[in-house]
Amino acid sequence: MNIVVLIKLVPDLVEELTIDDSGTDLERDWLRLIINEFDDHALEQGILLKEQSEGQVTVVAPDTEGVDDVLYAAAARGADKLIKLLGEFEQGVNSHALARASASVVQELQPDLVLTGVQAHNDLDGSVGPLLAEFLGMPYVGYISGVTVGDKKSIARKEYPGGLIAEMEISLPAVLGIQAAEEPPRYVAISKVRQAMKTATIEEQEIIELDSSGGPTIGRMFLPEATERATMIEGDEEEVAAKLVEIFQELGLL
Amino acid sequence: MTAFVSNTAPGNSSFSKTFYDSLLEVVDGEHLRTCLQCGTCSGVCPFGYLMEFPPGRMISYLRADIFDRVMDSESVWMCVSCYACTQVCPSKIPLTTGLMTRAKEELLLAGNIPKELQSALENSQRYGNPLGESPRKRANWAKGLETEVAIMGKVKRPVDILWFVGDYPSYHPRVQLASRALVKLLDVLDIDFGILGPEENSDADSQRLAGERGLFEMLAEKNGQALSKYQFNEIITTDPHAYNALRNEYPKLGISYPVRHYTQFLADRLDQLQPLLTQEIKAKVTFHDPCYLGRANGVYDEPRTLLEAIPGIKLVEMQHNRSTSLCCGGGGGGMWLDGFQWEKAHVRLSEWRVREAISVDADVLAVACPYESPRFEDAAKMVQGAGQLRVKDIAELLVDAMED
Repeated sequence: MNIVVLIKLVPDLVEELTIDDSGTDLERDWLRLIINEFDDHALEQGILLKEQSEGQVTVVAPDTEGVDDVLYAAAARGADKLIKLLGEFEQGVNSHALARASASVVQELQPDLVLTGVQAHNDLDGSVGPLLAEFLGMPYVGYISGVTVGDKKSIARKEYPGGLIAEMEISLPAVLGIQAAEEPPRYVAISKVRQAMKTATIEEQEIIELDSSGGPTIGRMFLPEATERATMIEGDEEEVAAKLVEIFQELGLL
Repeated sequence: MTAFVSNTAPGNSSFSKTFYDSLLEVVDGEHLRTCLQCGTCSGVCPFGYLMEFPPGRMISYLRADIFDRVMDSESVWMCVSCYACTQVCPSKIPLTTGLMTRAKEELLLAGNIPKELQSALENSQRYGNPLGESPRKRANWAKGLETEVAIMGKVKRPVDILWFVGDYPSYHPRVQLASRALVKLLDVLDIDFGILGPEENSDADSQRLAGERGLFEMLAEKNGQALSKYQFNEIITTDPHAYNALRNEYPKLGISYPVRHYTQFLADRLDQLQPLLTQEIKAKVTFHDPCYLGRANGVYDEPRTLLEAIPGIKLVEMQHNRSTSLCCGGGGGGMWLDGFQWEKAHVRLSEWRVREAISVDADVLAVACPYESPRFEDAAKMVQGAGQLRVKDIAELLVDAMED
């Protein structure tokens, strides 16, 4: 079983995001990047499948700050091959461009199964999975929270709203958008990650052109605008309490 | 102790032998050979009664070459690295730093750790603090204070005292109150001090004792690099765990500075401090010895000296005090295993401690470790009759005793 996992790094929301001078993008100088949570689950699912049925896991990621550490950690967790896509990724690319760029690389790997996170919080033009499947000419199923693989086919559990789950049989090769791995992403000791940094190699693949056509153009990026419905009540505890009682009485609640 | 990565996974028949040999490499590790199997360690362990493998039994399985069975059990994650076993061992076996920590390291290397602990370790690695807060905001607690706290990277000048603030004192809203109190004390004592601010990382001592040696070394190196950039005469810490790391562990990594816990530092300046303590605090106060100040480092008197200097305070001792102090449950990774340990034990060590405090009619439970205010305040909400008990850091009590 040849499994390819496509991951990307997204802005880490532990830091406050600011908008750059153009007003259409994030200020990227101060951004801290983190593996997209769903991609982390896709990676875990890939490694779980490898452990269950043997095979090889290749992790593919576009080159952004910190990606080497993420790839080495993936190796420490059990990934066999690491590929970094070199190109103009640092300033952010849309999902169309990323899917096109990775499709050529993924195609060459002749995978039986391609896993990626079902979504990312910066997928402004749709998630990468279905676009990638289209470019590869493979079937796609998203919102997957459990996968088994057999000969030329896979059974995947797809989540629907309302707690419904469907089991689907999919012909391989296919692309699956992972919602959750069967086990939470595992912890690897730092000493093992450090070991992987010495032993694993990151293969680099040059992406000459990034074609972002098909996605929307961002007209304006802005923070959620405050509505004027909330009233701040000033004063000490007694005054605030008295004012609250007054408001509740006016509204007929008391 | 050097980092030891075994080549044999738990479950392998030669695992016991490899593990045993690794324990001999720990400082005083050879004392293991003289274990009497007296069981005192297991008896004194606050969770020993429900561990499938308390320390004594771990050693017997090790000697019987069947240690892989211990590794199949989760019971070692009940260990809060409180040094109670080490303290009473008649053979002076380094049970906490050796046996228990090494066992956690092996479980962690095998990827077998409680999920709760995982996020604290991942946060520590990624953000330099187990709380998962932005490292850039590490000094935000000091904003808006009357005294401007010097951040070394900004002031670019030597200071007398480098204050290693720590994770919870920097980020936890309850513990920040104690940090601000300490600023006030340093200010009135006219101390020239600075903090590392965003350059400070977790001291990582608790992560080390939770088995993540590599993470400890990584964060210690970062702290070492930051400290080496600046000039100062001495480090003081808010956190006994940071004190323990800087005093006993960092020097093994070549990071060596004079260090004191803030209670030692203040007790040394009592002549200067005493005249400022003019406000009477009419209260019965009991002091909880933090494991890493007391048992691990032998500091028992200074916190009491400070408390006794406060007019009006009557200091009383709980049943477990000084070297027999009870752990708050936060050490050795316990801070990040509350759910796991509750599931196993259905008791909290912090509640046990709060019951002891009210059994001696204490009005105030005084603490000197940043894990404790939140732990004991939470516990007090759960213990009947503890509604009036106030949990106060010694720094907060000292400020309360000063005129505004």
